[in-house]
Amino acid sequence: MQLDIQIKRFNPEQDREPQWREYTVTLEPTDRVLDALHAVKWHHDGSLAFRRSCAHGICGSDGMMINGRNRLACKVLIKDLRQPIMVEPMRGFPVVKDLIVDMAGFFDKYRSVRPYLISDEAPPRTERLQSPAERERYEDTTKCILCGACTTSCPSFWANSAYVGPAAIVQAHRFIFDSRDQGRAERSAILNQASGVWRCRTIFNCTDACPRGINVTKAIGEVKKLLVKAATRPPHPPPTRD
Amino acid sequence: MWYRGGIGHWSWLLHRLTGVGVLLFLCLHILDTSLIALGPQHYNAIMGVYRLPLFRVLEVGLVASVLFHALNGVRIILIDVWVDLTRIHRLLFQIQMACFTLVMMPVAWIMLRPLLVQ
Ligand code: SF4
Ligand code: FES
Repeated sequence: MQLDIQIKRFNPEQDREPQWREYTVTLEPTDRVLDALHAVKWHHDGSLAFRRSCAHGICGSDGMMINGRNRLACKVLIKDLRQPIMVEPMRGFPVVKDLIVDMAGFFDKYRSVRPYLISDEAPPRTERLQSPAERERYEDTTKCILCGACTTSCPSFWANSAYVGPAAIVQAHRFIFDSRDQGRAERSAILNQASGVWRCRTIFNCTDACPRGINVTKAIGEVKKLLVKAATRPPHPPPTRD
Repeated sequence: MWYRGGIGHWSWLLHRLTGVGVLLFLCLHILDTSLIALGPQHYNAIMGVYRLPLFRVLEVGLVASVLFHALNGVRIILIDVWVDLTRIHRLLFQIQMACFTLVMMPVAWIMLRPLLVQ
């Protein structure tokens, strides 16, 4: 089939403003938007820049805005989209070139929540065990591939790029609710700042955008509740009445 | 291009707009009531303007804004308190809009009837 695809192009060496360019390519309806981008790059304009690696929804490198919504180009089928297909970079990150955005700030925020096991205990000789129920507690947030679709669909992030963003909170959630981890207080302090979870307005764009189907809004909500509980818990055990 | 978010996105946008709208009305209201300090004739003049039919229609918009803002706020609070409700947030929004319609229909009728049956 003939497919019309419009791509927001930006070359920092030539353009002041991004410009929409239209291409017509021949593809199967069951091909993906990534195949359309390949067709453009390989047969029409080799200067088109975009990221992709696995091409199978695993690496998270091809997050972009497709027909007004954040999606992975390698997961969206052409037959499911209205034509012309409009492709633009994720919003809120500086554009490096065409569909490539600068994600350095995104990964700084990711690192800021200490996304690794924090434990004072000496490493055991085998695995650190936990029960299936303890493992299930954070199952949903283990699925994140750090594509950035959630953070760049969030109006709070567009308004204030200091906001740590849904992706970093998802990553923090994965460790905060892990029974083997002891870094809860540290991470809570980071997420309790003005740039932390309280910027979330429960808008659900992140959940709608997540290509891994993570209930991001719920994860953020659980962190918020944890912070409220920690703040309202009396610092000392309440005095016993006699 | 505008972000094509879901129900959550549009309800958030409306929440903002109605919030700002109600705030503007409050400012206006403080201004008009303080006109009494300049003398009753000024105050009565502005009250006369408010009695114009156009303002009646705007008042219905004001009630609708306050009601939407309040109901939507309650929905967000419920979801924030019981996070499992995130799974049915679309259904919650539909219930919210059903309540909104149920309340607004009689209210709009009562408020606009004097204009219609004149
Ligand atoms: S939570 Fe989902 S949308 Fe956000 S970075 Fe992870 S995989 Fe991407
Ligand atoms: S290319 Fe790896 S997720 Fe799309």
